[in-house]
Amino acid sequence: MDFLLIILLIILTYFTGSIIEKRHFKKIIKREKALIRKPIISYGKRFTGRNKKIKKVELVTGETVISGDYFKNFAAGLKNFFGGRLTSFESVMDRGRREAILRMREKAKKASIIVNTRVEAVMLNDIYTGSVPQCAIIAYGTAITYE
Amino acid sequence: MILTNIESVPGMKIAKQLGLVSGSTVRAKNAIKDFGAGLKNMVGGELKSYTELLVEARKEAVARMEEQAKKLGANAVINVRFATSAITVGAAEVYAYGTAVIVKPIEV
Repeated sequence: MDFLLIILLIILTYFTGSIIEKRHFKKIIKREKALIRKPIISYGKRFTGRNKKIKKVELVTGETVISGDYFKNFAAGLKNFFGGRLTSFESVMDRGRREAILRMREKAKKASIIVNTRVEAVMLNDIYTGSVPQCAIIAYGTAITYE
Repeated sequence: MILTNIESVPGMKIAKQLGLVSGSTVRAKNAIKDFGAGLKNMVGGELKSYTELLVEARKEAVARMEEQAKKLGANAVINVRFATSAITVGAAEVYAYGTAVIVKPIEV
């Protein structure tokens, strides 16, 4: 009975997980396209902006907590045995990070540039028991607005 | 209070350094929301209640850091870093730290 339940859960979460992921990726790509003209860089030391008058400098952040699903966990468990890329978790982390960065950029829509972008991630639940991972991601940077 | 995560404030110069300031917080959501997030965890997607938790935690950590900086008489905190850690299931720790400084606008 337990075995049957797990099979059912795997089949169900395969559908829910893939639908949610597809929708999420669609949204992310759309939002990234909208922000394509906004520069964002990952260094800050060499950025001086000496030639331009600066109106506002502020710290901006974007947060998200992304979760895998039961099917992905199961698939990754199998793949882990043979080694290689765990593609099911790659996509989870990818969209989590992109979502966090997008939220940060959307907060700083009026800024001219975002410098020194950093992304920080941490697992919220116990990864050693083999439960479905939840990952908390913070992206942050300095938004600079020119006059 | 100006916050940046680069080593200066663009358009201003550092007049005085006042040392490291930091703020940390550990927050958790109630059991009902934990249960809801546990269900959502099975089907996949974003856990909105935990995202909220993370936002609150970050705001509080930054507020505490700012408070410390204000006590020192600073008007800016530069090189702000965030560190997060998983202390227990369903709770998030956010630690924010930076250097409190007094900045002055550059005279042209």
